[in-house]
Amino acid sequence: MLTALLVMAGIALALGALLGFVSVRFRVEGNPLEEKINAILPQTQCGQCGYPGCRPYAQAIAKGEADINLCPPGGEEGIRKLADLLGREFKPLSAERGVEKPKQVAVIDEALCIGCTLCAQACPVDAIIGAAKQMHTVAETLCTGCELCVPPCPVDCIIMTPVAETVETWKWKFPAPPLPTRKPVAEEPV
Amino acid sequence: MRLFKFKGGVKPDTHKDASVQEPIACLPLLPLYVVPLHQSVGDVPRPLVQVGQKVLKGERIGDADGNFSSAVHAPTSGVVKAVEPRLLPHPSGLPALCVVIEADGEDRWTERAGLDWRNASADDIQDFLRDAGVVGLGGAVFPSHIKLDPNRSGHTGTLILNGAECEPWMTCDDALMREKAEIILRGGAILRRVLGAGRMLIGIEDNKPQAVAAMRAAAAKLDADDEGNTEILAVPTLYPTGSAKQLIRVLTGVEVPYGRRSQDFGMQCFNVATALSVYHALERGEPLISRIVTVTGNVERPRNYEALIGTPIEALLSLAGVKAGTDRFIMGGPMMGFTLPAISAPVVKATNCVIAANPALFPPPPPELPCIRCGACAESCPQELQPMELYWFARARNPDKAREYHLFDCTECGCCAYVCPSSIPLIDYARFAKSEIWAREREKAASDAARERFEFRTLREERDKTEKAARLAAKIAAAHQEAATSAAAPAPDDPKQALIAAALARAQAQKQAAQPKNIDQLSPATEARIRDIETQRGKARELANAPDTPPEEKN
Repeated sequence: MLTALLVMAGIALALGALLGFVSVRFRVEGNPLEEKINAILPQTQCGQCGYPGCRPYAQAIAKGEADINLCPPGGEEGIRKLADLLGREFKPLSAERGVEKPKQVAVIDEALCIGCTLCAQACPVDAIIGAAKQMHTVAETLCTGCELCVPPCPVDCIIMTPVAETVETWKWKFPAPPLPTRKPVAEEPV
Repeated sequence: MRLFKFKGGVKPDTHKDASVQEPIACLPLLPLYVVPLHQSVGDVPRPLVQVGQKVLKGERIGDADGNFSSAVHAPTSGVVKAVEPRLLPHPSGLPALCVVIEADGEDRWTERAGLDWRNASADDIQDFLRDAGVVGLGGAVFPSHIKLDPNRSGHTGTLILNGAECEPWMTCDDALMREKAEIILRGGAILRRVLGAGRMLIGIEDNKPQAVAAMRAAAAKLDADDEGNTEILAVPTLYPTGSAKQLIRVLTGVEVPYGRRSQDFGMQCFNVATALSVYHALERGEPLISRIVTVTGNVERPRNYEALIGTPIEALLSLAGVKAGTDRFIMGGPMMGFTLPAISAPVVKATNCVIAANPALFPPPPPELPCIRCGACAESCPQELQPMELYWFARARNPDKAREYHLFDCTECGCCAYVCPSSIPLIDYARFAKSEIWAREREKAASDAARERFEFRTLREERDKTEKAARLAAKIAAAHQEAATSAAAPAPDDPKQALIAAALARAQAQKQAAQPKNIDQLSPATEARIRDIETQRGKARELANAPDTPPEEKN
């Protein structure tokens, strides 16, 4: 009886020591789930979810504080991916956060721009080029279309324009109409 | 020499005879040419010309953007009318940037200078070919200079010239080999020298006996002053022998595996027309500004034309005479080609064939039926894929899974769709899945870049904040020192207080330094007023210098 107890206690101690060692030795910095969630988010850094950027939103989801349907730029596909990753039910996009829009970029009407630098300060990805009292312009390839530069502009010279399809970005259309019984995962752009 | 076989393949009716009855014809000079800048695989060239600028034939109008790109040249002399988006011969039917040249009728060449390629370095030859706009003319338009890169591959032992031309209806390479066999071989000799290849194999399908004979005759003539070891081989007619991977398999028995290139196996493959343009570029200094185009199908005079790049396709068709009943036009062959969005689109470097189609020659495909899992597509696939799997995954909109089934090994040859008893457009599904993957990759790259920039911006803001704090601290320290040296008052402990005290001291010193002005010859009344004010000020100062006094007593 005593031997058995001692053996069990010994095993428990040994395993406990091993677990303790492993938890110190192989400690994971940061939350790996957060990285995975952040990789799914579209990185527009628009703040429409109510968090100051994609990573804070990813952190909130990872902690279980935020719902998965708060990201309009990620759209339905993004919500589906998050639901798959987290093993949650799919939910339609939260209406109060906005609507899913086709990809757009900011364009500055350069004749109207007074060079106040407010838009450049608001841009989360440094896609606006310009200096004080100089005309500003948007680096189109870097713009994520987050619209954060639109409200600060005192002369309303920033216009959000949808990105036109080019020969390089054109996609082959789905060859047959989808079966009526099944909803497609991703809507085809018109 | 022993030939090998590849798996699968189909034997559609070739319909090749009609268009090779007559020799290659040249087009008369047209008033307007529309030259798209994006004509090859790789980055889009940058336009070099402005509206109103005069250009000469062969002048570079688009400069290669980086090394994975190829230059574009003016097809004739004239004036640049516009640099604007125009319709491209592309399945999307979308416009892209084109240089529109109004011909002046002189057709005057720019200064032509070839390259002393025998003594030039491999890098110089590559740059020269890139700037001469030489790309693969078999239809894939891959920049040729990249295939000659000695850094990308080890030793190339075998040069293969592709004259198989397996696509039905198409005869542009056949006609070229019949008429310009010698130049093709000379171009091949240059490529061989650049690559350091010991032997040259030229594969031609056995349904082109005249081309084989012409090439053999030219080879016999050239053999004396060439390295020799050139073999012209008639290969069995089987679609798609003209695909580079399949031709390599037939000629050498080597199967280029997934993710590898033929260079890795000491082989490099060029189209015969590409060899010709390599010769023209290096020996004569003539850039690639024209190509042979087969015009056939439902036309009066099917024939091969030497068309300048930028010629409107409708000009070719009007020469050939389109018959009534034509409902659409196909660019490329019937297996791999696509329906042209409009015949106003120009001839580009990829335009090897234009077919006028009518419902009798090309009946509309019957409606798509469910897959019956017969496996005919897998048997016909020359790349040994399983097209039905790719189809199922593409149909389920799961392109990543299709990729696991080697979607990107699919050359879109069309054999599977040709044999499918359910008439499923399998190639369209494969193309759909591929372009979905490319679109996702573009999105992924964009979001990765955005994340990086956002994180850098956050970092920069943090850094600015700490730097600002450091600057403030330095200023405070300086103020401390100043206060200590002036010894006006013991420096308070709080750094902010020290700053304020220093600023106050400065202001006071300034005030004392300032002397009242305009005080000469004042009237007694004014002097009395000044005295009054001074006494009031003195009181105010006293009150201000007694901070311990409670505010009630101040009044």
